[in-house]
Amino acid sequence: MPDREDEKGQTRRSFLTAASSAGAALATPALAGNPKNLPPNVPDWTRALGDGVAVRPYGQPSKHEAHVIRRDVQWLTASRESSVSFTPLHELDGIITPSGLCFERHHGGIAEIDPADYRLIVHGLVEKDLVFTLAELKRFPRVNRIHFLECAANSGMEWRGAQLNGCQYTHGMVHCVEYTGVPLRVLLNEAGVRPSAKWLLAEGADSAAMTRSVPVAKALDDCLVAYRMNGEMLRPEQGYPARLVVPGWEGNMWVKWLRRLKLGDAPWFAREETSKYTDLMESGKARQFTFVMDAKSVITSPSPQAPLKAKGFTVISGLAWSGRGKIRRVDVSLDGGKNWREAKLDGLVLDRAVTRFYAETEWTGQELLLQSRAIDETGYVQPGKAELRKVRGVNSIYHNNGIQTWHVKADGEVENVEVS
Amino acid sequence: MSKCLSALAVLLALAGAATAAERKLDIGRAATPAEIAGWDIDVRADGQGLPPGKGSVKDGEEVYMGKCAACHGEFGESAGRWPMVAGGQGSLKSDDPVKTVGSYFAHLATVIDYVRRAMPFGDAQSLTNDELYAVVAYMLYLNDIVDEKFVLSKETFAGVKMPNAAGFYDDDRETAERPFWAAPCMTNCKADVKITGRARVIDVTPDDKSARKGVD
Repeated sequence: MPDREDEKGQTRRSFLTAASSAGAALATPALAGNPKNLPPNVPDWTRALGDGVAVRPYGQPSKHEAHVIRRDVQWLTASRESSVSFTPLHELDGIITPSGLCFERHHGGIAEIDPADYRLIVHGLVEKDLVFTLAELKRFPRVNRIHFLECAANSGMEWRGAQLNGCQYTHGMVHCVEYTGVPLRVLLNEAGVRPSAKWLLAEGADSAAMTRSVPVAKALDDCLVAYRMNGEMLRPEQGYPARLVVPGWEGNMWVKWLRRLKLGDAPWFAREETSKYTDLMESGKARQFTFVMDAKSVITSPSPQAPLKAKGFTVISGLAWSGRGKIRRVDVSLDGGKNWREAKLDGLVLDRAVTRFYAETEWTGQELLLQSRAIDETGYVQPGKAELRKVRGVNSIYHNNGIQTWHVKADGEVENVEVS
Repeated sequence: MSKCLSALAVLLALAGAATAAERKLDIGRAATPAEIAGWDIDVRADGQGLPPGKGSVKDGEEVYMGKCAACHGEFGESAGRWPMVAGGQGSLKSDDPVKTVGSYFAHLATVIDYVRRAMPFGDAQSLTNDELYAVVAYMLYLNDIVDEKFVLSKETFAGVKMPNAAGFYDDDRETAERPFWAAPCMTNCKADVKITGRARVIDVTPDDKSARKGVD
């Protein structure tokens, strides 16, 4: 097939030469299977009737996909109610995260809210304090937007070095879904924002009553009060029945189980924007209100949980995203950042959504040091880990967008490593 | 003149259109003061929203030992993996920064607001205002910010000086990290590449065989 990656006049083969060990036999091991189901035999599922319609009124993934699940790292947190589970990025493709696989971050467990008892209060520096039911929220004009949501602490365990072996754990605090909701501007207009209002406090109805201060300019620009994800109502883990959507900004601000919006003339300095979600620098001082998520990318396959099983034609696949806009380009390196080539962006390239990239290669069994580097439409280039540490030190926990390296070994196994 | 007037008419028409787009839709109803009062629990950094009531260090010790110490430790040192609430002062530049009420919180209101909305963990919004003030006073005492006779209230709030009040500055990435907006190197970017660290050496990844599946 033609080398579609060849946009810079560089052939796939010549690109690989540096890292390849010439002459390795390309063998594709056959997948194990039950011979009675394989041709020329005819398996049971071809002879007998299967389940009829509505036997599965809410469809689930195949039982053979039971390993495609969120996972947590129990030593990270003291309890599962204030903890995180990670999206299995290595098992997914495209840009939309299935609703049930979107990572979870709760501060007081999942609030189970009866939609009949849901209320959203808007008050403070407004002309008229208002309260909305869910049915009323749904009557407003609505929009659909595809956006990534990344926890500011995504990759936070990797500041001091390669620690967790799998992109689910190193990068799995990100997801991307289509939201349906009311533009916050429309809701606030209903209450009438007073000119003195500069900040908005968003509060959740969970047992942490999570709060964040959002600048009014952002609230009026592109935020939503969303009640649907991927067409259906929000999952309880994602804030059913309504959550804030704050495009491009750190996930903690996307308050779930939203119960109250209060307009004020100054930020609140809530716990989640002072004690947490502030970035401690080497000086001992900390950056605050670091809202925007910097451009970032990761190769999802191959990766430690998704080793290479076959030599020959291989698709390297990954995700890139930026809180500042669209992804303009993704570069991929097979040699630890010595040489780079442009990856192919496939599918929709949307403003502040994840973008899928592919780089095709012939893997002959040579060791690889895989990296990806995102560049967004503002010209921001995802930095290497050393460059990032030079500015930030290693204590900031949040906003680690350094370039990830995967070491592909001769047997196809993959390890999370750091390189010079 | 007539040209000016017609231009003005166009502007007014546009303004009218904008107003129509932003017109009120008459959805929802007025929230009553009682409804708002039940949920309006935030306390802002400048003290706006502080509830009535007061609490002493002494009373706070009793609340703390009964409702907080099991997780946060008798001296705020943490029991297990729960957050430390005391100590850590002077550690922020070290390899092991410890963020507590005394070492990191810039605003007293943050502690009051957070305890009021989220603590005790699993029994949120159960403290009385007096218990709230008392337990925060006790945490200030554990951090040597107040003495044992201190009583916290709306009136004494402004007199408390948080040690790390000057420890924060607003996001400066767009200037401090300007070099990240530069065209990157594409070929021969490094002389040599060596592996300097491996996750398997540290070996803290959860062991779940089902998490690993080959690329078919």
